[in-house]
Amino acid sequence: MGRFYNSSIGKKFFVSITGLFLMMFLLVHLALNSLLMFDDSGELFNHAAHWMGTNPIMKVMEPVLGLGFVLHIIYALIVQIVNWTKRPVRYAKMDQKEASTWTSRNMIYLGAFVLIFLGIHLVNFFAVVKFGTPPPITIDGVEMHDSYTLVSGLFKTCVSIDVLYVLGSIFLGLHLKHGVWSSFQSIGLSNTIWRKRLEMVGSIYAIIIAVGFSIIPLYFLIF
Amino acid sequence: MSEKSINIKVKVWRQSDAKDKGRFETYDVSNVSTGSSFLEMMDAMNEDLVNSGKEPVAFDHDCREGICGMCSMYINGRAHGPDTLIPTCQLHMRKFTDGQTITVEPWRSKGFPVIKDLIVDRTAFDKILHAGGFISINTGNAPDANAIPVNKVDSDLAMDAAACIGCGACVATCKNSSALLFVSAKVSHLALLPQGKIEAARRAKAMVAVMDDLGFGSCSNTGACEMECPKGISLSNIARLNREYLVANVVD
Repeated sequence: MGRFYNSSIGKKFFVSITGLFLMMFLLVHLALNSLLMFDDSGELFNHAAHWMGTNPIMKVMEPVLGLGFVLHIIYALIVQIVNWTKRPVRYAKMDQKEASTWTSRNMIYLGAFVLIFLGIHLVNFFAVVKFGTPPPITIDGVEMHDSYTLVSGLFKTCVSIDVLYVLGSIFLGLHLKHGVWSSFQSIGLSNTIWRKRLEMVGSIYAIIIAVGFSIIPLYFLIF
Repeated sequence: MSEKSINIKVKVWRQSDAKDKGRFETYDVSNVSTGSSFLEMMDAMNEDLVNSGKEPVAFDHDCREGICGMCSMYINGRAHGPDTLIPTCQLHMRKFTDGQTITVEPWRSKGFPVIKDLIVDRTAFDKILHAGGFISINTGNAPDANAIPVNKVDSDLAMDAAACIGCGACVATCKNSSALLFVSAKVSHLALLPQGKIEAARRAKAMVAVMDDLGFGSCSNTGACEMECPKGISLSNIARLNREYLVANVVD
């Protein structure tokens, strides 16, 4: 198996597997976050956030998720850096507009934007909950973090943060537009018929993620 | 289509040998019939160069009917130029306009070093084939026809993959200069048939290992190779190779 890890196909396999894992996480994340918009008292979201923060499965999944991000980024970077060395003399003129999509050619840059966004996002919420002093609240006699106020407060008061989150969601959506079908292709789960289906599923998924995560800051900004 | 005569400028890569740094030179070519092929235009240009005492531009070509896979030019930013499902020899001057400057470059890849002008060394493809692009059989009498049944679906897929002429357009157009479309076509056309299936795992591993060693990048699934391939080799072959390679590594 040692050879597999170091082969071009093997490295892409790990980028894909971790990518697919992160796609599942995004769906859970979006489902949970959408609760922000369905109860303006914040109880619903606080309950969900409390459950996510305390139940043992999520305690295990948290470091696994972190590892998923780290491996995805490291393997993608290794693959990209190697690929950059494969054309020492560049073309004077390159015209790829008919041959491939813009998103497929710019995955590393889209990924870099998403990574910058992820860093800011972690500072905004994750770091506050984990290491800072989030506002407390008692619901039904249980003391928990008032995550709802933390999120809604930031989105209601800071327009630049809202813009950043919408941009982050759009970049993520563009990254996923190529990422979804590409992941299946790289692990060998595609053919002529399934490629069309996977590309369609990928586009729909990318739109759901980009629009879904954009709506939340806009909801707080407008209402 | 009515034939016209156009005047063009050809901005072409000149490099005297593998060690030369190389540079672009621009030549005027006049009275080119739009009905002529791109290589005929190159011939006319070379004739002018020879007549004026200059060295003609070296380029690969052989059959000039889209079969051999020798011609290999990167024209105006596209492998085999601005048309689909053709190699350079089947590109026609009607795709260009009067007064246009046409940029002609050799394939660019670490795996395909330039030998001279537009000629690149594609020995790397041969080396990949040597590693596994064959089936091992003891020679003897020719087997009876239809002694080994092959279903129609697999036979068609194998034939589609076998259409690869090994020109290297996939490498030339790929942003990573990956050879995966070529390798996957060669792996697929053998692995799909009963005679080739036996060695499929060993073949996939051996050919990928050599490919990785020879200066080609990895696949980003942009699909540019499939679009520029003169034979329309499908990206589904790459999925098949990825699958074969994964299974081959899990099995041992």
